[in-house]
Amino acid sequence: MSVQIDQDHTEYQEVHPLKAVAGGKRPDPPSAMASTMAFAHRALLRIKHVPEQMFDVTVFPIIFLLMFTYLFGGAIAGSTGEYLQFLLPGILVMTVSQITMYTGIDLNNDIRKGIFDRFRTLPIWLPSALIGALLVDVIRYSLASAIMIGLGLILGFRPEGGALGVVGAVLVILLFSFSFSWIWTAAGIIMRSEKSLMMVSFLVVFPLTFVSNVFVDPSTLPSWLQGFVNINPISILATAVRGLMHGNGTWEQVGWVVVVSAIFVVIFAPLTMYLYRRKE
Amino acid sequence: METRKWEQANGLAVEATGLVKVYGKERAVDGVDLVIPRGTVYGFLGPNGAGKTTTIRMLSTLIQPDDGSASIFGHDLKTESAAIKSRISLTGQYASIDEDLTGIENLVLISRLMGYTTKEAKQRASELLLAFGLEQAAKRQVKKYSGGMRRRIDIAASIVVTPDLLFLDEPTTGLDPRSRNQVWEIVRALVGTGTTVLLTTQNLEEADQLADRIAVINHGKIIAEGTSSELKASVGTGTLTVQLLEATDQSKAASIIEQKLGAAVHVSTDGVTLSAQAKDSSIVAEALGELGKEKIGISDFALGRPSLDEVFLTLTGQSASDQPTEEEHS
Ligand SMILES: Nc1ncnc2c1ncn2[C@@H]1O[C@H](COP(=O)(O)OP(=O)(O)O)[C@@H](O)[C@H]1O
Ligand SMILES: [Mg+2]
Repeated sequence: MSVQIDQDHTEYQEVHPLKAVAGGKRPDPPSAMASTMAFAHRALLRIKHVPEQMFDVTVFPIIFLLMFTYLFGGAIAGSTGEYLQFLLPGILVMTVSQITMYTGIDLNNDIRKGIFDRFRTLPIWLPSALIGALLVDVIRYSLASAIMIGLGLILGFRPEGGALGVVGAVLVILLFSFSFSWIWTAAGIIMRSEKSLMMVSFLVVFPLTFVSNVFVDPSTLPSWLQGFVNINPISILATAVRGLMHGNGTWEQVGWVVVVSAIFVVIFAPLTMYLYRRKE
Repeated sequence: METRKWEQANGLAVEATGLVKVYGKERAVDGVDLVIPRGTVYGFLGPNGAGKTTTIRMLSTLIQPDDGSASIFGHDLKTESAAIKSRISLTGQYASIDEDLTGIENLVLISRLMGYTTKEAKQRASELLLAFGLEQAAKRQVKKYSGGMRRRIDIAASIVVTPDLLFLDEPTTGLDPRSRNQVWEIVRALVGTGTTVLLTTQNLEEADQLADRIAVINHGKIIAEGTSSELKASVGTGTLTVQLLEATDQSKAASIIEQKLGAAVHVSTDGVTLSAQAKDSSIVAEALGELGKEKIGISDFALGRPSLDEVFLTLTGQSASDQPTEEEHS
């Protein structure tokens, strides 16, 4: 038994259980919208109480951008300013994709604590438990994007696509990240511990982000690797984001991101919900 | 019979036949049958690892049985889980609330998920906090609550909408006596309003205190079922304890008692306290009369009702309290 904490002698306040019996008519189960909003509210409250979890969306982008610009930037492209033009969209894509795995970690924690069981016995549309959390994650991704772009602008990043191009690029990133997160929710249900989940996430995210067109021009790679880089979802996203930011994007590039996102959702959202319901 | 009629009028809360759950090679639940009339408290008594939690998780739709069937208020467990969910509530063995949120935030969340509007949810949450003696701790994170407070908020979350059937998985394990009494008070109040309660416990006194009927479960099987007094009757009336004035009468007294009761006599180390199992009370009177005739002085005697611990010992050949202690598993 842990130490009893009783700062203000509230431990043994009188109970009046009869007063707890709900009066009136029992409410109808909430709509999908209402339960999604309730879960989103929970995620916001969690940010309020556990602000450390914002580290990954605030500190990571700053460190990544500074590190890649000043440590590697000069060496690869000759000058940091020029390199930033090429690099920033890619780093942004990489950072946000990596942050998505925290969605799985949160779910994994819920499962290991009892609250997951409570949610599953409630008369609600179950996917709302995940969608609500993912919607708030989208806010976190927006924040990460804003911080990185803001810092980039200070460091000399000049997007030719203008404000509209940048906003478009961020929207494309958010769509992709929301969809990509479903991989982590599925993994978060399967994996036994946070540690093993982290391992698996790194094993997926690192090859995806590094063997992509984020850092290098694929034409410099051996042809067998080029094939992978070209179909890598991260490359597809990075291409579209660069295009939009630099003002030379095409509908086709954006279309491919939508297709890739749809594939993630169509496969991993039902899989997640199947696992969620069946988890023992 | 009286109860029979009453059952038919009100139906059954739970009816389960041959429930089985297998984990690997282990039959965690191995053919459990249950009949729980509405409005009653049913106690599920067993040591750690007996299969209590697994049974509750099956009945509350969280996991699917590998075999057997069950219905909750007439709804089939396999095909009508949505209908079942709207009538049941589960307070799991480990706190099923968000420990990072405050007490009131947790209750508002659950209230909204039960279908209350945000405004109604806030009102309902305050009502519950007041009723459960938690209003002063309303704005504190649950992870800073004591064990008893955690249990109370957990139960409060389960009765945001008064359920027709409430599952309580070891609601008082690890609580101090005062918190435990508060939980008992809450359970009794709920039952008073018509809620059916299925509670698991390792504590024999708790089952005795709260439950109308008790099932004793061990290694996934129900090894005895009945009211507390029925279970007690199955192991005899109880234990006769006699305190002698003189230790010198010890062997004579012991042989009289042994002969009359037909049971082994246990002599305690003080040399003057003798005890033996008694099958019925009339022979106890005879034994005491015989002692009197033989002029054996007695300072005190008592006929103790058997404890459920003794019941457990008789049924399983092992004492419930000898069981290994809690080990967490996911
Ligand atoms: N998810 C699981 N995976 C594997 N074994 C399990 C699982 N859940 C329970 N068990 C096993 O089933 C048996 C019964 O467990 P449980 O129902 O939790 O018992 P109780 O609640 O009575 O202590 C135990 O031996 C336990 O180890
Ligand atoms: Mg248990």
